[in-house]
Amino acid sequence: MRIVNLLKIAYRSLIKNKLRVLLTMLGIIIGVASVIAMLAIGQGSKQNIQASVASLGTNSVMIYPGSSSMGGVRMGAGSYSTLTRKDAEAIVAKCEFVTDVSPVVQKSSQIIAGNKNWHTMVVGGLSQYFSIRNLTIAKGNIFSTNDERTAAKVCVIGLTVSDNLFGANGDAVGKFMRINSIPFKVIGVLERKGQNSFGQDQDDIIIAPFSTVQKRMLTTIFLNSILASATSENDIDKAKEQITSILRTQHKLIPSNEDDFTVRSQADIANIFGSISKIMTILLASIAGISLVVGGIGIMNIMLVSVTERTREIGIRMAVGAKGRDVLVQFMIESVFISVLGGLIGIILGIAVSMLVGKFGGWPVVITPTSILLSFVFSSAVGIFFGWYPARKAASLNPIDALRYE
Amino acid sequence: MNQEKPLISVKNLSKAYKMGDIEFFALKNATLDIEKGAFAAIMGPSGSGKSTFMNILGCLDYPTKGEYFLDGVDVLKLTKNELAELRNKKIGFIFQSFNILARTSALENVELPMLYNNSINSKDGKEKAMNALKSVGLAERANHLPSQLSGGQQQRVAIARSLVNDPLVIMADEPTGNLDTRSSYEIMEIFQQLNEKGITIVMVTHELDIAQFAKTNIMFRDGLITENNAVTTRKNAKEEISKLPVINPSEVLT
Repeated sequence: MRIVNLLKIAYRSLIKNKLRVLLTMLGIIIGVASVIAMLAIGQGSKQNIQASVASLGTNSVMIYPGSSSMGGVRMGAGSYSTLTRKDAEAIVAKCEFVTDVSPVVQKSSQIIAGNKNWHTMVVGGLSQYFSIRNLTIAKGNIFSTNDERTAAKVCVIGLTVSDNLFGANGDAVGKFMRINSIPFKVIGVLERKGQNSFGQDQDDIIIAPFSTVQKRMLTTIFLNSILASATSENDIDKAKEQITSILRTQHKLIPSNEDDFTVRSQADIANIFGSISKIMTILLASIAGISLVVGGIGIMNIMLVSVTERTREIGIRMAVGAKGRDVLVQFMIESVFISVLGGLIGIILGIAVSMLVGKFGGWPVVITPTSILLSFVFSSAVGIFFGWYPARKAASLNPIDALRYE
Repeated sequence: MNQEKPLISVKNLSKAYKMGDIEFFALKNATLDIEKGAFAAIMGPSGSGKSTFMNILGCLDYPTKGEYFLDGVDVLKLTKNELAELRNKKIGFIFQSFNILARTSALENVELPMLYNNSINSKDGKEKAMNALKSVGLAERANHLPSQLSGGQQQRVAIARSLVNDPLVIMADEPTGNLDTRSSYEIMEIFQQLNEKGITIVMVTHELDIAQFAKTNIMFRDGLITENNAVTTRKNAKEEISKLPVINPSEVLT
């Protein structure tokens, strides 16, 4: 009964100040909408990065040669060649948590086909290399174990290489090209993979059998890296541990020696990028949060002005029997109403803005229920928090002082 | 209710205002009893303490010291909330400046005290508010805003508002101070009618002719009650209105 009356009182006073209510609400609307839009954009970019990292193969584990130490001067990872094909074979033989393993050698070379030439990276790997890296063939075939055994001069090329050497719509399969003067036959073209999250063109690549690159182009027994894929995502850590111990035995390292190789997983890289996008999301959300707080201060501002402006009204209400509590509740209902309705409108606006950004900005957006709930709860809390002080001020007035106020 | 006991009983009521270091007594040891059914006019020059006295009687202000019993209740021992309830249920207060809510219709203004009264539901409230407006002759103006009403009409809305919770006493602080003679007499007519129905009325005024509509006159001077006399030549508002020159017959209250 009483609360119904107070709702009626608050409703009547809100309806009398439509414009002011609307303008106050605007602060909250913009605050909530920006929180939702910013979080949607942040979440979208996070998922985008995760997806592109996953396209490199989520299960893959990379082993790089370790840093060398010459008289106390330590060089970076990969500065010293320690990995050989035997290491890769040892991993295949002893590690239970990996399915595919491929030694990798690479050399950046000039490639000539007819009257065109191109410079790119030539990677030598086993046929497992394709499955580890999630590479699929668009046209032709990948090389066979026989090609590997005979060090056949065949290769699989990426679309960028194909476009540059054989024309945008040219069929590269079956054609020849020279890599460092050695003629190679193109036996397959890879499916388009696009740029990875680091801006690298993943289609600008030539993959040839490991033995071909190692024996015919590099003439070295050392590897650039070993690629492996773990049996499942959950086994990555176990795989890393086991690989480390296998390689330590293989390299005859005593316990006091540091590892002369580095084992990394795709998940490690994904984590780094995940944390970067997390920081970005937090940054965006805090900017949006600030605008929400500013909106809340707007509510307090208006409510304080309203208390001052309506001091006489408060006096009249008290003179006819309103208790301090009644005045407090009336002002609280008004400010909570403003923030809750503003929050709801803000949610709708925020979703609309996110969708527009997603559609016309080409930016991936993900609207999560959490962000909606968060901003709504926060805006309501802002309303209660910033409405309480002015309401308290109104309620503590003496009737006679309020009535005398001019 | 005990008929012997006065409705309002104040003893040695004082009110001091601090102005810097100097304490100024607006009210000095006022002692007064007002019986149930009385119609008292409190008179005095400006600054004589009559309004201060009225505000304390109306439970809007606190005295510095003294005693105040209203309907047997020791008012000065009540909490703020209990005072609010007392104002709501037992007192109807009327101000010189009307003090009705702007941008709020006459009917909603009259409803206001009932919104703070738990014992009245909103349906009964609307009916009671309408009846109160009818009794002051403003039934057809129920949906008008204060800005669309004359001063006299606004004051009648205020009277209707003071009546809706069936108060024991109506306290009016210069109810005719802002009104012309005809409107003033019309207000006095309503007061006399209410008084005949048994409602106690205490009114502050500085106009002699208005005071003559009351039953007793209480004189204030420099914060002291100097006289408390029955009115010998009491005027009847209805008769007085008929003596006034008629300007617009439709404005005359019937």
